[in-house]
Amino acid sequence: MTKAAELAKMGEVLTNSQIGGRRNIVINGGMNVAQRSSSAVTGIGASDGYFTCDRWNFNTNGNSAGRLTMSQASDGPSGFANCLKLECTTADTSIAAAERFFIEQKLEGQDVQQLKKGTSDAEKITISFYVKGHDSATYTVGLYEGTSGRKIAATFPVTTSWVRQTVTFDGDTSGVIPDNNTAQLHLRFYLHAGSNYTSGTLGTSWNADGNTTQISSDGNSFFESTSATFFLTGVQLEVGSQATPFEHRSYGEELALCQRYCIDLNPASGGQSTSPYLMLGSVYNSTLVIANVSLPHEMRVAPTLILTGDAGNFSVVEVASVRPCTGFGVNGMASSGGGINWTCAGGGMTGGNAALIYVETNLRCIMDSEL
Amino acid sequence: MNIASAKYYKDIRTEENCSINIVVETKQMSVPIDPANRHYQAILEWIAEGNTIEEAD
Repeated sequence: MTKAAELAKMGEVLTNSQIGGRRNIVINGGMNVAQRSSSAVTGIGASDGYFTCDRWNFNTNGNSAGRLTMSQASDGPSGFANCLKLECTTADTSIAAAERFFIEQKLEGQDVQQLKKGTSDAEKITISFYVKGHDSATYTVGLYEGTSGRKIAATFPVTTSWVRQTVTFDGDTSGVIPDNNTAQLHLRFYLHAGSNYTSGTLGTSWNADGNTTQISSDGNSFFESTSATFFLTGVQLEVGSQATPFEHRSYGEELALCQRYCIDLNPASGGQSTSPYLMLGSVYNSTLVIANVSLPHEMRVAPTLILTGDAGNFSVVEVASVRPCTGFGVNGMASSGGGINWTCAGGGMTGGNAALIYVETNLRCIMDSEL
Repeated sequence: MNIASAKYYKDIRTEENCSINIVVETKQMSVPIDPANRHYQAILEWIAEGNTIEEAD
């Protein structure tokens, strides 16, 4: 082979193989983006939710008495500035059969078509991540596919030092993933489970055996003591059998990817809002302002408007008057933006005037279209 | 999701329900009536458990 042919071949390999192009299917694997809260959120455990690092969901069922604090921590292995940190604040050593919690990222079907799942060409999938904890422990990492209910899992160790763990799963020739914008592939880190999920032999090959093979019975429970901690960062899910180096993306790139699912309209810094004038509207009548918000990115679906305070924490600025809001509602909201109505029950506004919606305190105003 | 209350919100021009206001713990949410929205899906589950959405003002 000539030198030119060798270089051409090398280029072909770089372009078409696992090491070419964007590799990491996971969003915010480096835990750099935390629009909802970059500080600790306490008392987590009673219900599901997205609390700190974007895209990472806390999922629970079975009503464990265990509680934890979640935060975006300035910690990580060399090259990582942030991680997702869990601290157990209430232990639960009496684990009922139905209890389970895991940290999860849900991926849209249209974003995982390259896995060729459900075909004879199904690709191997490699998951890599950095973890550490307060002590040596074993947990389960797994994939769950929403349409067929098929799943696969493996155990991984945690020590008191940052260690990169790697798991490679075979491709799955069953269970085609629909090409759509719904939750299809779920990457899960199981940290607490009762016998409903652990009584079978862990399903380390793709299966649809039901819940009992989902989580290893040899694993630890994160809720076993109030000294328990779990740190996670550098999460990567990629096509192929090799774990390539973590794909660091710029903060701007990662934020843009996250904003398909969550947009903070009222970012804050140091406890103060940096953009208290949220949106511009028009006074419709003496008690109602119709405002419009154009979102910086097309979101997954029409988003929910979430206020961490009540409407009374928001004001309408009309000419020189400032009036407290008493209600709100999205109206004609689409994935690219739409209308938000603000009510001032006290009245006194003049139809046709321009109006600004203003928030004076450090309240979050979130557009949410998460999976 | 622990929904404490839910109430329809009406479009003032069309007089038709356009969204649902819900209270979840300390958060107030306005949820578009969109089957693909996760909060709307949660409201449907909440209704299936025997709850009802209050009519709009």
